[in-house]
Amino acid sequence: MPMVGDPSAVARAAARHMRGRNALRRKPNNGGWAGSARYRPFLLLSPALVSLTLLLLAPVIFLLVYSFWLRSADGRDIPAFQFGNWQAALSDPFYWRGLGETFAMSALTTISCAAIGYPAAYFLARCRFRNKALLLFLLFLPFWVSIIIRTFAWVNVLGKGGFVNSLLMGLGVIHAPFALLYNDFSVVMGLIYLQLPYMIINVYVSLDGIDRNLESAARTLGCAPWQTFREVTLPLSLPGLGAGSLLCFVLAAGSFVTPSLLGGPDTSFFAQLIYDAIINQLDWPTGSVLSLMLLFALGLIVVVYNRFMSLSDIYRSLAK
Amino acid sequence: MSAVSHAARPSLAWNGLRVLTVIVYVFLFAPIVIVVLLAFNSARTGSFPMEGFSLQWFGRLFGNDSIIDAFATSLILAGSSAFLASVIGTMAAIALVRYSFKGKAVVNNILSLPLLMPEVVLGVALLMFLRFLHQPRSFLLLLLGHAVLALPYVVLVMQARLAGIRPHYEEAAMTLGANRLQTFLDVTLPLISPAVIGGFLFAATLSFDDITATLFWKQPGIETVPTKIFAMLRTSISPEVNALGAVMITITILPPLLGGQIIRRLTRNKGMRETQ
Repeated sequence: MPMVGDPSAVARAAARHMRGRNALRRKPNNGGWAGSARYRPFLLLSPALVSLTLLLLAPVIFLLVYSFWLRSADGRDIPAFQFGNWQAALSDPFYWRGLGETFAMSALTTISCAAIGYPAAYFLARCRFRNKALLLFLLFLPFWVSIIIRTFAWVNVLGKGGFVNSLLMGLGVIHAPFALLYNDFSVVMGLIYLQLPYMIINVYVSLDGIDRNLESAARTLGCAPWQTFREVTLPLSLPGLGAGSLLCFVLAAGSFVTPSLLGGPDTSFFAQLIYDAIINQLDWPTGSVLSLMLLFALGLIVVVYNRFMSLSDIYRSLAK
Repeated sequence: MSAVSHAARPSLAWNGLRVLTVIVYVFLFAPIVIVVLLAFNSARTGSFPMEGFSLQWFGRLFGNDSIIDAFATSLILAGSSAFLASVIGTMAAIALVRYSFKGKAVVNNILSLPLLMPEVVLGVALLMFLRFLHQPRSFLLLLLGHAVLALPYVVLVMQARLAGIRPHYEEAAMTLGANRLQTFLDVTLPLISPAVIGGFLFAATLSFDDITATLFWKQPGIETVPTKIFAMLRTSISPEVNALGAVMITITILPPLLGGQIIRRLTRNKGMRETQ
Protein backbone atom coordinates (compact mmCIF):
# COMPACT_ATOMS: atom_id res chain seq x y z
CA MET A 1 0.00 0.00 0.00
CA PRO A 2 1.23 3.50 -0.76
CA MET A 3 2.07 5.23 2.44
CA VAL A 4 0.19 8.37 3.28
CA GLY A 5 2.29 11.42 3.98
CA ASP A 6 2.48 13.11 7.33
CA PRO A 7 -0.45 15.56 7.48
CA SER A 8 1.15 17.74 10.12
CA ALA A 9 4.10 18.39 7.80
CA VAL A 10 1.63 19.50 5.18
CA ALA A 11 -0.11 21.82 7.60
CA ARG A 12 3.26 23.30 8.56
CA ALA A 13 4.16 23.86 4.92
CA ALA A 14 0.85 25.58 4.38
CA ALA A 15 1.34 27.70 7.49
CA ARG A 16 4.74 28.82 6.17
CA HIS A 17 3.04 30.29 3.15
CA MET A 18 0.52 32.04 5.33
CA ARG A 19 3.25 33.81 7.28
CA GLY A 20 4.95 35.08 4.16
CA ARG A 21 2.01 36.92 2.67
CA ASN A 22 -1.16 38.71 3.37
CA ALA A 23 -3.63 35.96 2.75
CA LEU A 24 -6.61 38.24 2.61
CA ARG A 25 -5.39 40.10 -0.43
CA ARG A 26 -5.15 36.93 -2.50
CA LYS A 27 -7.92 35.09 -4.20
CA PRO A 28 -7.34 31.45 -3.29
CA ASN A 29 -7.40 28.73 -5.99
CA ASN A 30 -6.38 31.13 -8.70
CA GLY A 31 -2.66 30.66 -8.92
CA GLY A 32 -2.70 31.83 -12.48
CA TRP A 33 0.55 30.20 -13.58
CA ALA A 34 -1.24 27.56 -15.60
CA GLY A 35 -4.07 29.58 -17.08
CA SER A 36 -7.72 28.87 -16.76
CA ALA A 37 -8.83 25.65 -15.11
CA ARG A 38 -10.35 24.08 -18.18
CA TYR A 39 -7.08 24.17 -20.10
CA ARG A 40 -4.89 23.25 -17.16
CA PRO A 41 -4.97 19.46 -17.60
CA PHE A 42 -4.10 19.88 -21.26
CA LEU A 43 -1.28 22.25 -20.41
CA LEU A 44 0.09 19.63 -18.05
CA LEU A 45 -0.38 16.93 -20.67
CA SER A 46 1.00 18.90 -23.59
CA PRO A 47 4.71 18.01 -23.20
CA ALA A 48 3.86 14.32 -23.06
CA LEU A 49 1.35 14.47 -25.91
CA VAL A 50 3.56 16.64 -28.11
CA SER A 51 6.57 14.38 -27.68
CA LEU A 52 4.53 11.25 -28.31
CA THR A 53 2.97 12.84 -31.38
CA LEU A 54 6.28 13.99 -32.82
CA LEU A 55 8.37 10.99 -31.89
CA LEU A 56 5.85 8.17 -32.20
CA LEU A 57 2.57 8.92 -33.96
CA ALA A 58 3.99 11.05 -36.77
CA PRO A 59 6.83 8.59 -37.47
CA VAL A 60 4.42 5.65 -37.65
CA ILE A 61 2.13 7.57 -40.01
CA PHE A 62 5.19 8.47 -42.05
CA LEU A 63 6.08 4.77 -42.14
CA LEU A 64 2.74 4.17 -43.83
CA VAL A 65 3.39 6.96 -46.34
CA TYR A 66 6.89 5.68 -47.06
CA SER A 67 5.63 2.19 -47.75
CA PHE A 68 4.03 3.55 -50.96
CA TRP A 69 7.17 5.29 -52.17
CA LEU A 70 9.09 4.08 -55.17
CA ARG A 71 12.50 2.56 -54.70
CA SER A 72 14.88 3.66 -57.42
CA ALA A 73 18.15 2.17 -58.58
CA ASP A 74 20.38 4.94 -57.24
CA GLY A 75 19.11 4.38 -53.71
CA ARG A 76 17.05 7.59 -53.55
CA ASP A 77 13.43 6.76 -52.82
CA ILE A 78 10.90 8.76 -54.81
CA PRO A 79 7.65 9.93 -53.21
CA ALA A 80 4.84 8.10 -54.94
CA PHE A 81 1.60 6.30 -54.33
CA GLN A 82 1.91 2.78 -55.65
CA PHE A 83 1.43 -0.64 -54.14
CA GLY A 84 4.56 -2.22 -55.56
CA ASN A 85 6.33 -2.58 -52.22
CA TRP A 86 3.27 -4.07 -50.57
CA GLN A 87 2.69 -6.41 -53.50
CA ALA A 88 6.31 -7.55 -53.52
CA ALA A 89 6.43 -8.18 -49.78
CA LEU A 90 3.00 -9.75 -49.46
CA SER A 91 3.55 -12.11 -52.39
CA ASP A 92 6.95 -13.21 -51.13
CA PRO A 93 6.64 -16.55 -49.31
CA PHE A 94 9.93 -15.79 -47.55
CA TYR A 95 8.32 -13.06 -45.45
CA TRP A 96 5.21 -15.10 -44.73
CA ARG A 97 7.38 -17.96 -43.58
CA GLY A 98 9.26 -15.51 -41.35
CA LEU A 99 6.02 -14.23 -39.87
CA GLY A 100 4.71 -17.76 -39.39
CA GLU A 101 7.92 -18.92 -37.74
CA THR A 102 7.99 -15.86 -35.47
CA PHE A 103 4.41 -16.41 -34.37
CA ALA A 104 4.85 -20.16 -33.92
CA MET A 105 7.91 -19.72 -31.72
CA SER A 106 6.25 -16.90 -29.79
CA ALA A 107 3.20 -19.11 -29.23
CA LEU A 108 5.45 -21.93 -28.02
CA THR A 109 7.14 -19.44 -25.66
CA THR A 110 3.78 -18.23 -24.36
CA ILE A 111 2.42 -21.73 -23.76
CA SER A 112 5.61 -22.78 -21.98
CA CYS A 113 5.52 -19.66 -19.81
CA ALA A 114 1.90 -20.37 -18.90
CA ALA A 115 2.65 -24.02 -18.10
CA ILE A 116 5.63 -23.14 -15.88
CA GLY A 117 4.44 -19.77 -14.61
CA TYR A 118 0.90 -20.62 -13.54
CA PRO A 119 1.84 -23.27 -10.94
CA ALA A 120 4.64 -21.08 -9.60
CA ALA A 121 2.29 -18.09 -9.33
CA TYR A 122 -0.28 -20.33 -7.62
CA PHE A 123 2.29 -21.45 -5.08
CA LEU A 124 3.37 -17.84 -4.46
CA ALA A 125 -0.22 -16.70 -4.01
CA ARG A 126 -1.15 -19.47 -1.62
CA CYS A 127 2.01 -20.04 0.38
CA ARG A 128 2.39 -18.32 3.72
CA PHE A 129 6.07 -17.59 4.00
CA ARG A 130 6.97 -14.74 6.26
CA ASN A 131 9.15 -13.14 3.59
CA LYS A 132 6.82 -13.59 0.68
CA ALA A 133 7.45 -9.92 -0.18
CA LEU A 134 11.06 -10.86 -0.82
CA LEU A 135 10.02 -13.66 -3.18
CA LEU A 136 7.83 -11.22 -5.11
CA PHE A 137 10.60 -8.62 -5.16
CA LEU A 138 12.95 -11.21 -6.63
CA LEU A 139 10.51 -11.72 -9.51
CA PHE A 140 10.97 -8.09 -10.52
CA LEU A 141 14.74 -8.12 -10.20
CA PRO A 142 15.46 -9.63 -13.65
CA PHE A 143 13.67 -6.67 -15.27
CA TRP A 144 16.49 -4.44 -14.04
CA VAL A 145 19.12 -6.49 -15.85
CA SER A 146 19.60 -5.61 -19.50
CA ILE A 147 17.95 -7.87 -22.06
CA ILE A 148 21.27 -8.27 -23.81
CA ILE A 149 22.88 -9.68 -20.66
CA ARG A 150 19.96 -11.94 -19.86
CA THR A 151 20.22 -13.17 -23.45
CA PHE A 152 23.95 -13.80 -23.76
CA ALA A 153 23.87 -15.44 -20.34
CA TRP A 154 22.34 -18.38 -22.19
CA VAL A 155 25.47 -18.73 -24.31
CA ASN A 156 27.24 -19.56 -21.04
CA VAL A 157 24.51 -22.04 -20.15
CA LEU A 158 23.91 -23.82 -23.45
CA GLY A 159 27.18 -23.39 -25.37
CA LYS A 160 29.67 -26.15 -26.15
CA GLY A 161 31.73 -25.19 -23.10
CA GLY A 162 28.61 -24.04 -21.30
CA PHE A 163 27.17 -25.05 -17.96
CA VAL A 164 24.85 -27.82 -19.14
CA ASN A 165 27.33 -29.50 -21.47
CA SER A 166 30.29 -29.38 -19.08
CA LEU A 167 28.10 -30.65 -16.26
CA LEU A 168 26.85 -33.60 -18.33
CA MET A 169 30.34 -34.35 -19.64
CA GLY A 170 31.84 -34.02 -16.19
CA LEU A 171 29.31 -36.54 -14.91
CA GLY A 172 30.16 -38.84 -17.79
CA VAL A 173 26.60 -38.84 -19.11
CA ILE A 174 27.69 -37.71 -22.57
CA HIS A 175 31.05 -37.71 -24.31
CA ALA A 176 30.55 -35.00 -26.90
CA PRO A 177 28.74 -31.73 -26.22
CA PHE A 178 25.14 -31.39 -27.38
CA ALA A 179 24.41 -28.73 -29.98
CA LEU A 180 22.08 -26.77 -27.72
CA LEU A 181 23.02 -23.31 -28.88
CA TYR A 182 22.39 -21.30 -32.06
CA ASN A 183 19.18 -23.03 -33.06
CA ASP A 184 15.44 -22.59 -32.51
CA PHE A 185 15.66 -24.37 -29.16
CA SER A 186 18.02 -21.80 -27.67
CA VAL A 187 15.91 -18.95 -29.06
CA VAL A 188 12.77 -20.31 -27.37
CA MET A 189 14.71 -20.92 -24.14
CA GLY A 190 15.96 -17.34 -24.20
CA LEU A 191 12.47 -15.99 -24.89
CA ILE A 192 10.89 -18.08 -22.11
CA TYR A 193 13.57 -16.79 -19.77
CA LEU A 194 12.80 -13.17 -20.66
CA GLN A 195 9.00 -13.42 -20.59
CA LEU A 196 8.41 -15.78 -17.65
CA PRO A 197 8.41 -13.06 -14.95
CA TYR A 198 5.64 -11.18 -16.81
CA MET A 199 3.50 -14.31 -16.78
CA ILE A 200 4.08 -15.15 -13.11
CA ILE A 201 3.40 -11.57 -11.98
CA ASN A 202 0.17 -11.27 -13.96
CA VAL A 203 -1.18 -14.63 -12.80
CA TYR A 204 -0.12 -13.88 -9.23
CA VAL A 205 -1.95 -10.54 -9.16
CA SER A 206 -5.10 -12.20 -10.39
CA LEU A 207 -4.88 -15.22 -8.03
CA ASP A 208 -4.13 -12.93 -5.11
CA GLY A 209 -7.32 -10.97 -5.80
CA ILE A 210 -9.62 -13.99 -5.57
CA ASP A 211 -11.90 -14.03 -2.55
CA ARG A 212 -10.78 -17.13 -0.66
CA ASN A 213 -14.29 -17.57 0.74
CA LEU A 214 -15.40 -18.68 -2.72
CA GLU A 215 -12.97 -21.60 -2.57
CA SER A 216 -14.02 -22.46 0.97
CA ALA A 217 -17.64 -22.36 -0.12
CA ALA A 218 -16.94 -24.72 -2.99
CA ARG A 219 -15.18 -27.12 -0.62
CA THR A 220 -18.04 -26.94 1.88
CA LEU A 221 -20.49 -27.71 -0.90
CA GLY A 222 -18.61 -30.91 -1.64
CA CYS A 223 -16.06 -30.05 -4.30
CA ALA A 224 -12.83 -32.02 -4.30
CA PRO A 225 -9.69 -29.83 -4.13
CA TRP A 226 -8.93 -30.38 -7.79
CA GLN A 227 -12.56 -29.67 -8.71
CA THR A 228 -12.47 -26.47 -6.66
CA PHE A 229 -9.42 -25.36 -8.54
CA ARG A 230 -10.84 -26.21 -11.96
CA GLU A 231 -14.27 -24.70 -11.44
CA VAL A 232 -13.60 -21.75 -9.14
CA THR A 233 -9.96 -20.70 -8.99
CA LEU A 234 -8.91 -21.26 -12.59
CA PRO A 235 -11.83 -19.37 -14.20
CA LEU A 236 -11.36 -16.47 -11.78
CA SER A 237 -7.66 -16.23 -12.60
CA LEU A 238 -8.17 -16.25 -16.38
CA PRO A 239 -7.81 -12.45 -16.71
CA GLY A 240 -4.30 -12.68 -15.27
CA LEU A 241 -3.44 -15.66 -17.42
CA GLY A 242 -4.77 -13.80 -20.46
CA ALA A 243 -2.87 -10.61 -19.68
CA GLY A 244 0.33 -12.55 -19.05
CA SER A 245 -0.08 -14.51 -22.26
CA LEU A 246 -0.72 -11.40 -24.36
CA LEU A 247 2.35 -9.68 -22.93
CA CYS A 248 4.53 -12.77 -23.43
CA PHE A 249 3.36 -13.21 -26.99
CA VAL A 250 3.60 -9.58 -28.10
CA LEU A 251 7.02 -9.08 -26.51
CA ALA A 252 8.36 -12.37 -27.89
CA ALA A 253 7.04 -11.75 -31.41
CA GLY A 254 8.64 -8.31 -31.52
CA SER A 255 12.00 -9.43 -30.17
CA PHE A 256 15.16 -8.81 -32.11
CA VAL A 257 18.13 -9.28 -29.81
CA THR A 258 17.29 -12.79 -28.60
CA PRO A 259 16.96 -14.42 -32.05
CA SER A 260 20.01 -12.50 -33.28
CA LEU A 261 22.25 -13.70 -30.48
CA LEU A 262 20.87 -17.17 -29.78
CA GLY A 263 19.47 -18.13 -33.19
CA GLY A 264 21.14 -20.13 -35.92
CA PRO A 265 21.84 -19.07 -39.50
CA ASP A 266 18.33 -19.94 -40.63
CA THR A 267 16.50 -18.39 -37.70
CA SER A 268 14.54 -15.55 -39.27
CA PHE A 269 12.51 -13.69 -36.72
CA PHE A 270 10.46 -10.96 -38.28
CA ALA A 271 12.30 -8.19 -36.44
CA GLN A 272 15.55 -9.52 -37.91
CA LEU A 273 14.07 -9.29 -41.41
CA ILE A 274 13.14 -5.67 -40.72
CA TYR A 275 16.61 -4.86 -39.39
CA ASP A 276 18.16 -6.56 -42.40
CA ALA A 277 16.01 -4.60 -44.87
CA ILE A 278 16.66 -1.24 -43.20
CA ILE A 279 20.23 -1.42 -41.95
CA ASN A 280 21.91 -3.92 -44.27
CA GLN A 281 20.06 -3.63 -47.59
CA LEU A 282 19.02 0.01 -47.09
CA ASP A 283 15.72 -0.96 -48.71
CA TRP A 284 13.55 1.42 -46.72
CA PRO A 285 10.27 0.98 -48.60
CA THR A 286 10.39 -2.78 -47.99
CA GLY A 287 11.51 -2.17 -44.40
CA SER A 288 8.51 0.06 -43.78
CA VAL A 289 6.13 -2.48 -45.32
CA LEU A 290 7.58 -5.21 -43.09
CA SER A 291 7.37 -2.99 -39.99
CA LEU A 292 3.72 -2.29 -40.73
CA MET A 293 3.02 -5.99 -41.35
CA LEU A 294 4.37 -6.80 -37.89
CA LEU A 295 2.51 -3.88 -36.35
CA PHE A 296 -0.79 -4.88 -37.99
CA ALA A 297 -0.41 -8.55 -37.09
CA LEU A 298 0.33 -7.78 -33.44
CA GLY A 299 -2.28 -5.02 -33.37
CA LEU A 300 -4.87 -7.50 -34.60
CA ILE A 301 -4.02 -9.83 -31.74
CA VAL A 302 -4.26 -6.99 -29.22
CA VAL A 303 -7.62 -5.86 -30.65
CA VAL A 304 -9.03 -9.39 -30.54
CA TYR A 305 -7.77 -9.75 -26.98
CA ASN A 306 -9.26 -6.42 -26.00
CA ARG A 307 -12.69 -7.56 -27.19
CA PHE A 308 -12.66 -10.33 -24.60
CA MET A 309 -10.50 -8.94 -21.84
CA SER A 310 -9.41 -5.54 -20.67
CA LEU A 311 -6.03 -4.08 -21.52
CA SER A 312 -6.10 -2.09 -18.31
CA ASP A 313 -5.28 -5.29 -16.42
CA ILE A 314 -1.94 -5.31 -18.18
CA TYR A 315 -1.16 -1.68 -17.48
CA ARG A 316 -2.07 -2.21 -13.86
CA SER A 317 0.26 -5.16 -13.49
CA LEU A 318 3.09 -3.20 -15.10
CA ALA A 319 2.70 -0.38 -12.61
CA LYS A 320 3.32 -2.68 -9.66
CA MET B 1 -10.14 -21.15 7.99
CA SER B 2 -7.56 -21.24 5.27
CA ALA B 3 -5.15 -23.05 7.58
CA VAL B 4 -7.55 -25.97 7.54
CA SER B 5 -7.76 -25.99 3.77
CA HIS B 6 -3.95 -26.09 3.61
CA ALA B 7 -3.80 -29.04 5.95
CA ALA B 8 -6.47 -30.74 3.88
CA ARG B 9 -4.60 -30.07 0.64
CA PRO B 10 -2.97 -33.22 -0.68
CA SER B 11 0.59 -32.62 0.41
CA LEU B 12 1.99 -34.42 -2.64
CA ALA B 13 0.56 -31.84 -5.05
CA TRP B 14 1.54 -28.98 -2.76
CA ASN B 15 5.10 -30.28 -2.48
CA GLY B 16 5.20 -30.64 -6.24
CA LEU B 17 4.29 -26.95 -6.53
CA ARG B 18 6.93 -26.05 -4.00
CA VAL B 19 9.64 -27.91 -5.92
CA LEU B 20 8.53 -26.38 -9.20
CA THR B 21 8.64 -22.89 -7.72
CA VAL B 22 12.15 -23.47 -6.41
CA ILE B 23 13.17 -24.65 -9.89
CA VAL B 24 11.60 -21.53 -11.43
CA TYR B 25 13.62 -19.28 -9.14
CA VAL B 26 16.82 -21.20 -9.90
CA PHE B 27 15.97 -20.89 -13.62
CA LEU B 28 15.48 -17.14 -13.25
CA PHE B 29 18.73 -16.46 -11.44
CA ALA B 30 21.19 -19.19 -12.45
CA PRO B 31 22.10 -17.64 -15.84
CA ILE B 32 22.77 -14.25 -14.22
CA VAL B 33 24.86 -15.86 -11.47
CA ILE B 34 26.79 -17.83 -14.10
CA VAL B 35 27.70 -14.60 -15.94
CA VAL B 36 29.08 -13.14 -12.72
CA LEU B 37 30.93 -16.37 -11.86
CA LEU B 38 32.57 -16.65 -15.27
CA ALA B 39 33.69 -13.02 -15.07
CA PHE B 40 36.11 -14.19 -12.36
CA ASN B 41 37.26 -17.25 -14.32
CA SER B 42 40.94 -17.15 -15.17
CA ALA B 43 40.49 -19.33 -18.29
CA ARG B 44 40.84 -17.60 -21.66
CA THR B 45 37.85 -19.22 -23.29
CA GLY B 46 35.14 -17.60 -21.24
CA SER B 47 33.43 -20.90 -20.60
CA PHE B 48 33.39 -23.80 -18.18
CA PRO B 49 35.18 -25.41 -16.44
CA MET B 50 36.23 -22.72 -13.98
CA GLU B 51 40.02 -22.82 -13.79
CA GLY B 52 40.76 -20.32 -11.09
CA PHE B 53 39.93 -16.95 -9.64
CA SER B 54 41.11 -13.90 -11.52
CA LEU B 55 40.34 -10.21 -11.81
CA GLN B 56 42.23 -9.84 -15.08
CA TRP B 57 39.09 -9.44 -17.22
CA PHE B 58 37.93 -6.52 -15.12
CA GLY B 59 41.38 -4.99 -15.39
CA ARG B 60 41.30 -5.35 -19.15
CA LEU B 61 37.83 -3.79 -19.16
CA PHE B 62 38.94 -0.65 -17.40
CA GLY B 63 41.97 -0.40 -19.67
CA ASN B 64 39.71 -0.38 -22.74
CA ASP B 65 38.92 3.21 -23.74
CA SER B 66 36.01 2.31 -26.01
CA ILE B 67 34.26 0.58 -23.11
CA ILE B 68 34.85 3.52 -20.77
CA ASP B 69 33.44 5.80 -23.49
CA ALA B 70 30.42 3.55 -23.84
CA PHE B 71 29.85 3.74 -20.09
CA ALA B 72 30.05 7.53 -20.12
CA THR B 73 27.60 7.72 -23.03
CA SER B 74 25.21 5.30 -21.36
CA LEU B 75 25.25 7.09 -18.02
CA ILE B 76 24.74 10.57 -19.47
CA LEU B 77 22.01 9.26 -21.73
CA ALA B 78 20.27 7.41 -18.89
CA GLY B 79 20.39 10.41 -16.55
CA SER B 80 19.18 12.98 -19.05
CA SER B 81 16.45 10.88 -20.66
CA ALA B 82 15.17 9.75 -17.25
CA PHE B 83 15.06 13.37 -16.08
CA LEU B 84 13.07 14.37 -19.14
CA ALA B 85 10.70 11.40 -18.81
CA SER B 86 10.19 12.11 -15.10
CA VAL B 87 9.27 15.76 -15.62
CA ILE B 88 6.95 15.12 -18.56
CA GLY B 89 5.49 11.99 -17.01
CA THR B 90 4.79 13.60 -13.64
CA MET B 91 2.98 16.49 -15.30
CA ALA B 92 0.89 14.08 -17.35
CA ALA B 93 0.09 11.91 -14.33
CA ILE B 94 -1.09 14.94 -12.32
CA ALA B 95 -3.40 15.91 -15.17
CA LEU B 96 -4.77 12.38 -15.38
CA VAL B 97 -5.33 11.87 -11.65
CA ARG B 98 -6.23 15.33 -10.36
CA TYR B 99 -8.42 16.64 -13.19
CA SER B 100 -11.45 15.34 -14.99
CA PHE B 101 -11.67 16.23 -18.64
CA LYS B 102 -13.04 14.92 -21.89
CA GLY B 103 -10.97 12.38 -23.77
CA LYS B 104 -9.12 11.05 -20.74
CA ALA B 105 -9.44 7.47 -21.98
CA VAL B 106 -7.97 8.43 -25.34
CA VAL B 107 -5.08 10.25 -23.68
CA ASN B 108 -4.45 7.26 -21.45
CA ASN B 109 -4.29 4.97 -24.46
CA ILE B 110 -1.94 7.27 -26.35
CA LEU B 111 0.36 7.46 -23.34
CA SER B 112 0.46 3.66 -23.15
CA LEU B 113 1.26 3.22 -26.84
CA PRO B 114 5.03 2.70 -26.45
CA LEU B 115 4.31 -0.24 -24.13
CA LEU B 116 2.71 -2.52 -26.67
CA MET B 117 4.46 -1.35 -29.82
CA PRO B 118 7.35 -3.53 -30.88
CA GLU B 119 10.56 -1.63 -30.27
CA VAL B 120 11.84 -2.50 -33.73
CA VAL B 121 8.91 -0.68 -35.32
CA LEU B 122 9.44 2.34 -33.06
CA GLY B 123 13.11 2.35 -33.94
CA VAL B 124 12.53 2.09 -37.70
CA ALA B 125 9.74 4.66 -37.76
CA LEU B 126 11.60 7.37 -35.87
CA LEU B 127 14.82 6.76 -37.80
CA MET B 128 13.07 7.09 -41.17
CA PHE B 129 11.04 10.10 -40.07
CA LEU B 130 14.17 12.00 -39.03
CA ARG B 131 15.93 11.08 -42.26
CA PHE B 132 12.92 12.52 -44.10
CA LEU B 133 13.28 15.75 -42.11
CA HIS B 134 17.00 15.79 -43.02
CA GLN B 135 18.00 15.45 -39.38
CA PRO B 136 21.12 13.39 -38.78
CA ARG B 137 21.15 10.69 -36.15
CA SER B 138 22.35 12.39 -33.03
CA PHE B 139 22.64 12.10 -29.30
CA LEU B 140 19.51 14.22 -29.02
CA LEU B 141 17.57 11.57 -30.95
CA LEU B 142 18.72 8.88 -28.51
CA LEU B 143 17.81 11.12 -25.58
CA LEU B 144 14.31 11.93 -26.81
CA GLY B 145 13.71 8.38 -27.99
CA HIS B 146 14.68 6.86 -24.67
CA ALA B 147 12.50 9.38 -22.84
CA VAL B 148 9.51 8.31 -24.95
CA LEU B 149 10.23 4.62 -24.28
CA ALA B 150 10.29 5.26 -20.53
CA LEU B 151 7.36 7.69 -20.44
CA PRO B 152 4.51 5.16 -20.00
CA TYR B 153 6.27 3.51 -17.06
CA VAL B 154 6.84 6.85 -15.33
CA VAL B 155 3.20 7.85 -15.89
CA LEU B 156 1.97 4.51 -14.48
CA VAL B 157 4.15 4.74 -11.38
CA MET B 158 3.19 8.38 -10.74
CA GLN B 159 -0.51 7.71 -11.34
CA ALA B 160 -0.49 4.88 -8.81
CA ARG B 161 1.21 7.08 -6.22
CA LEU B 162 -0.97 10.16 -6.83
CA ALA B 163 -4.14 8.10 -6.65
CA GLY B 164 -3.04 6.96 -3.19
CA ILE B 165 -2.71 10.52 -1.91
CA ARG B 166 -5.95 12.27 -1.07
CA PRO B 167 -6.25 15.73 -2.64
CA HIS B 168 -7.23 17.16 0.76
CA TYR B 169 -3.66 18.17 1.53
CA GLU B 170 -3.35 20.14 -1.67
CA GLU B 171 -6.76 21.68 -1.18
CA ALA B 172 -5.85 22.67 2.37
CA ALA B 173 -2.66 24.38 1.18
CA MET B 174 -4.56 26.30 -1.48
CA THR B 175 -7.31 27.30 0.91
CA LEU B 176 -4.60 28.67 3.15
CA GLY B 177 -3.36 30.86 0.33
CA ALA B 178 -0.62 28.91 -1.46
CA ASN B 179 -0.80 29.16 -5.24
CA ARG B 180 -0.63 26.12 -7.47
CA LEU B 181 3.12 26.19 -7.97
CA GLN B 182 3.76 26.57 -4.24
CA THR B 183 1.25 23.85 -3.47
CA PHE B 184 2.99 21.55 -5.92
CA LEU B 185 6.50 22.29 -4.64
CA ASP B 186 5.73 22.22 -0.93
CA VAL B 187 2.90 19.72 -0.64
CA THR B 188 2.50 17.49 -3.69
CA LEU B 189 6.16 16.97 -4.56
CA PRO B 190 7.27 15.88 -1.07
CA LEU B 191 4.33 13.48 -0.94
CA ILE B 192 5.09 11.90 -4.30
CA SER B 193 8.89 12.04 -3.98
CA PRO B 194 9.28 8.26 -3.46
CA ALA B 195 7.46 7.68 -6.75
CA VAL B 196 9.48 10.41 -8.48
CA ILE B 197 12.73 8.78 -7.37
CA GLY B 198 11.42 5.32 -8.21
CA GLY B 199 10.18 6.43 -11.61
CA PHE B 200 13.43 8.22 -12.36
CA LEU B 201 15.52 5.17 -11.42
CA PHE B 202 13.30 2.90 -13.48
CA ALA B 203 13.47 5.20 -16.50
CA ALA B 204 17.24 5.51 -16.12
CA THR B 205 17.60 1.74 -15.99
CA LEU B 206 15.35 1.29 -19.03
CA SER B 207 17.56 3.68 -20.96
CA PHE B 208 20.78 2.18 -19.62
CA ASP B 209 19.60 -1.32 -20.64
CA ASP B 210 17.94 -0.51 -23.95
CA ILE B 211 19.39 -2.15 -27.01
CA THR B 212 16.93 -2.69 -29.87
CA ALA B 213 15.81 0.89 -30.55
CA THR B 214 19.28 2.18 -29.69
CA LEU B 215 20.76 0.09 -32.51
CA PHE B 216 18.58 2.03 -34.96
CA TRP B 217 19.00 5.46 -33.42
CA LYS B 218 22.67 5.69 -32.50
CA GLN B 219 25.15 7.51 -34.70
CA PRO B 220 27.82 5.32 -36.24
CA GLY B 221 30.81 5.36 -33.94
CA ILE B 222 28.80 6.10 -30.79
CA GLU B 223 28.22 3.09 -28.59
CA THR B 224 26.21 2.60 -25.43
CA VAL B 225 27.18 -0.29 -23.17
CA PRO B 226 24.49 -2.65 -24.53
CA THR B 227 25.33 -1.91 -28.19
CA LYS B 228 29.01 -2.35 -27.29
CA ILE B 229 28.22 -5.77 -25.82
CA PHE B 230 26.17 -6.57 -28.92
CA ALA B 231 29.12 -5.68 -31.15
CA MET B 232 31.53 -7.68 -28.96
CA LEU B 233 29.24 -10.73 -29.13
CA ARG B 234 29.09 -10.49 -32.91
CA THR B 235 32.83 -11.09 -33.18
CA SER B 236 33.50 -13.64 -30.43
CA ILE B 237 32.53 -14.56 -26.91
CA SER B 238 35.39 -13.41 -24.76
CA PRO B 239 35.61 -13.54 -20.97
CA GLU B 240 35.67 -9.76 -21.14
CA VAL B 241 31.99 -9.78 -22.10
CA ASN B 242 31.15 -11.67 -18.92
CA ALA B 243 33.10 -9.12 -16.87
CA LEU B 244 31.29 -6.27 -18.61
CA GLY B 245 28.00 -8.08 -17.97
CA ALA B 246 28.87 -8.45 -14.29
CA VAL B 247 29.57 -4.71 -14.01
CA MET B 248 26.27 -3.90 -15.78
CA ILE B 249 24.33 -6.28 -13.51
CA THR B 250 25.83 -4.64 -10.43
CA ILE B 251 25.03 -1.13 -11.65
CA THR B 252 21.44 -1.86 -12.61
CA ILE B 253 20.51 -4.13 -9.71
CA LEU B 254 21.79 -1.66 -7.12
CA PRO B 255 18.99 0.93 -7.62
CA PRO B 256 16.14 -1.42 -6.65
CA LEU B 257 18.17 -2.89 -3.80
CA LEU B 258 19.22 0.50 -2.45
CA GLY B 259 16.11 2.37 -3.59
CA GLY B 260 14.05 1.48 -0.58
CA GLN B 261 16.85 2.47 1.78
CA ILE B 262 17.47 5.81 0.07
CA ILE B 263 13.81 6.75 0.08
CA ARG B 264 13.52 5.85 3.75
CA ARG B 265 16.54 8.00 4.60
CA LEU B 266 15.34 10.93 2.49
CA THR B 267 11.94 10.98 4.11
CA ARG B 268 13.50 10.75 7.55
CA ASN B 269 15.85 13.67 6.88
CA LYS B 270 12.97 15.72 5.60
CA GLY B 271 11.03 15.03 8.75
CA MET B 272 13.98 16.26 10.82
CA ARG B 273 14.33 19.45 8.79
CA GLU B 274 10.68 20.27 9.19
CA THR B 275 10.73 19.92 12.95
CA GLN B 276 13.68 22.28 13.32
